[in-house]
Amino acid sequence: MKAQDKLNAQQTKNGLTGFKVDLWNYEGEKGALIPLLQAAQDSYGYIPLAAIDQISEIVGIPAAEIYGVITFYSQFRLKPLGKYLIKICDGTACHVNGSERIAGIIEDELQITGNDTTPDGLFTLQKVACIGCCSLSPVIMINDETYGRLTPKKVQLLLKEYKAKDQNPQTA
Amino acid sequence: MKTIKVGLGTCGVSAGGEKVYAALKSEIAKEKIPVNLLETGCMGNCYQEVLLEISDEKGNDFFYGNVTPEKVKRILDEQILQDKPIEEWIVKGLKTDDEDTFFAKQKRIVLRNCGIIDPNSIEEYIASGGYQAIQKVLKEYTPEQVIDIVLKSGLRGRGGAGFLTGMKWRFCRQAEADKKYIICNADEGDPGAFMDRSTLESDPHQVLEGMMVCAYACGADEAYIYVRAEYPMAVKRLHHSIQKAMEKGFVGKNIFGSKMNLKIKIKEGAGAFVCGEETALIASIEGKRGMPRFRPPFPAQKGLWGKPTNINNVETLANIPWIIVKGADAFAAMGTENSKGTKVFALAGKIARGGLVEVPMGLTIDEIIYDIGGGIRDGKKFKAVQMGGPSGGCIPATMGNLQIDYQQINKTGAIMGSGGMVVLDETTCMVEMAKFFLSFTQDESCGKCTFCRIGTKRMLEILERITDGRGQTGDIELLEDLAAKIKGNTICGLGQTAPNPVLTTLKYFREEYEVHIRDKKCPAHSCAPLLTFSILEDNCTGCTLCARVCPAAAISGEKKMIHKIDQALCIKCGKCFEACNFKAISKD
Repeated sequence: MKAQDKLNAQQTKNGLTGFKVDLWNYEGEKGALIPLLQAAQDSYGYIPLAAIDQISEIVGIPAAEIYGVITFYSQFRLKPLGKYLIKICDGTACHVNGSERIAGIIEDELQITGNDTTPDGLFTLQKVACIGCCSLSPVIMINDETYGRLTPKKVQLLLKEYKAKDQNPQTA
Repeated sequence: MKTIKVGLGTCGVSAGGEKVYAALKSEIAKEKIPVNLLETGCMGNCYQEVLLEISDEKGNDFFYGNVTPEKVKRILDEQILQDKPIEEWIVKGLKTDDEDTFFAKQKRIVLRNCGIIDPNSIEEYIASGGYQAIQKVLKEYTPEQVIDIVLKSGLRGRGGAGFLTGMKWRFCRQAEADKKYIICNADEGDPGAFMDRSTLESDPHQVLEGMMVCAYACGADEAYIYVRAEYPMAVKRLHHSIQKAMEKGFVGKNIFGSKMNLKIKIKEGAGAFVCGEETALIASIEGKRGMPRFRPPFPAQKGLWGKPTNINNVETLANIPWIIVKGADAFAAMGTENSKGTKVFALAGKIARGGLVEVPMGLTIDEIIYDIGGGIRDGKKFKAVQMGGPSGGCIPATMGNLQIDYQQINKTGAIMGSGGMVVLDETTCMVEMAKFFLSFTQDESCGKCTFCRIGTKRMLEILERITDGRGQTGDIELLEDLAAKIKGNTICGLGQTAPNPVLTTLKYFREEYEVHIRDKKCPAHSCAPLLTFSILEDNCTGCTLCARVCPAAAISGEKKMIHKIDQALCIKCGKCFEACNFKAISKD
């Protein structure tokens, strides 16, 4: 059976749809676990339990060991994401230029802390070590957009803008 | 025809580069303006992003900085159509002939094409002399001769430890096996460092070519690039470049008609700082938890899938094509006795002109900070420079005449590291800085060695209580004791260097620790729990703004009357200090 057919068959069995692994030809490839986990996260925004079972079948590694790999790397998430993922950079340059203050404002505004998601599922906060835009510090990323040279006022306006974009989050 | 190049590295894009590019594109199409619109990588002077380079028919170059979509129309109108430079928007660029520029003291080898060629065009790389090194190597040299050249050049690993690159290649060459691998380590994890990202984004083919030479010298036919997933643009450009190189027959079977075969694969990291360590990186490529293991055996004997493996960092490999083409002597002519060539630094923090700079080894810290970086932002005082990220340390301003090379930096207790240079001013608290790095390494410790796993946690707790105003006599000695034990009882670079930020700040700024512990004060006015906010009566206009922003209702006062802060209620959040328009709140 071809790789993709096998995958489709397993997906149906595990009740998963939309698992895209077009970039990775995992058959016979060593070290496929992490790319497969990345593919699962790309497809769903997080790694659902069913996907772990499925990947376990593909690579022949026990689910428990896969769970160990998932929790080792900071990129992987076991919970769904909010609509907007806010990455707050706390690299050295951002740190000395006031990233903690920026983080504090966002946490105050959204009423969540650390790596959490707002109850309405709109925003997920994530503090990251370094986005690599140090010369624009302090920096945050909202989904794929990067916002640099932030001030407390700019952040407040930015959040307002995003909230306004989504007047009715429950249906979004 | 005139050309416009837009700097579209990550920093350019973050500053709005794509919007400027789109605005230019639509305006050019709408007005049918005869001009070539091109994209390029990072020009280096990131502090002025978004940057445009405009070249006219006579060979003149004009650099525009801080460009926004709103400025596009006027630039096209005056600079392009009427040949009238807009003086107030022009900045000093890469080719500006002026002593006082960001570029005057730089010497660009690794960055020679950055911000000049289009990173997505293999033709432009070839036109700039690219892929000559690998052809020369295949035609003229045996692998041993290549290793001799690299050894003679004196090139040291640019990832941190500074081991001689030629030696590393030789170990891998001499290992006997049916299969060997080489790996390009692009897991640039040090917060505050972005040189590898910029190199990959701005000139990916140079790194590929370096890898090809390395593979030839080591006798490997399979190569991996282990790159941070946090660098999506670099990943995209690498995929594209490998594809183009394969189409040209530069990568694959019988490269340039020789017997050499090479497959290059990209592996995206999944976010673990420790994977910058060689054995952890190998474990991660193999699909396991990225935990380091004991050495020996070194990767050169037993690496990826148990086969001899050579690992070099991006900047190291990027130096290779230049060394092959220009010769080992040309490279060794630059730098100091022990450190040859140039080094790329990511200049950030409280610096006036931040960005990516490449300088010959041996320049002093002051030259980089003042002559290139333009000194400290907002007229503040230079206090220290943090080098080497979480494994490095803080070098005080008093040592500004220190020449930058591996030995000199190591003597200070910091390390060269990958080249992050975060500049600190008088408002940065050094204890807080040490705490920041410790919380990073503590979080990133893989947990294998007890002293790293638990020792860093205990050190962090001590630093937390010092900055919270709960420091005790003996805390400094306790920190030093733990630091020595962590350094001596861990197996990888992460643990062995984790105490460095604490040790260097203790060495040069011990007084600051003592003031925190003894007087419960923060000399830099940075640690919030140690601050007292009060109203300066002479400046207070009674506007009530501070009382309105105070989340603890600690500020009272009638309209147009002097306000008062109740210290018992104050939570020291600093919101009043930020909000006050009349500088009527003091922070002490």
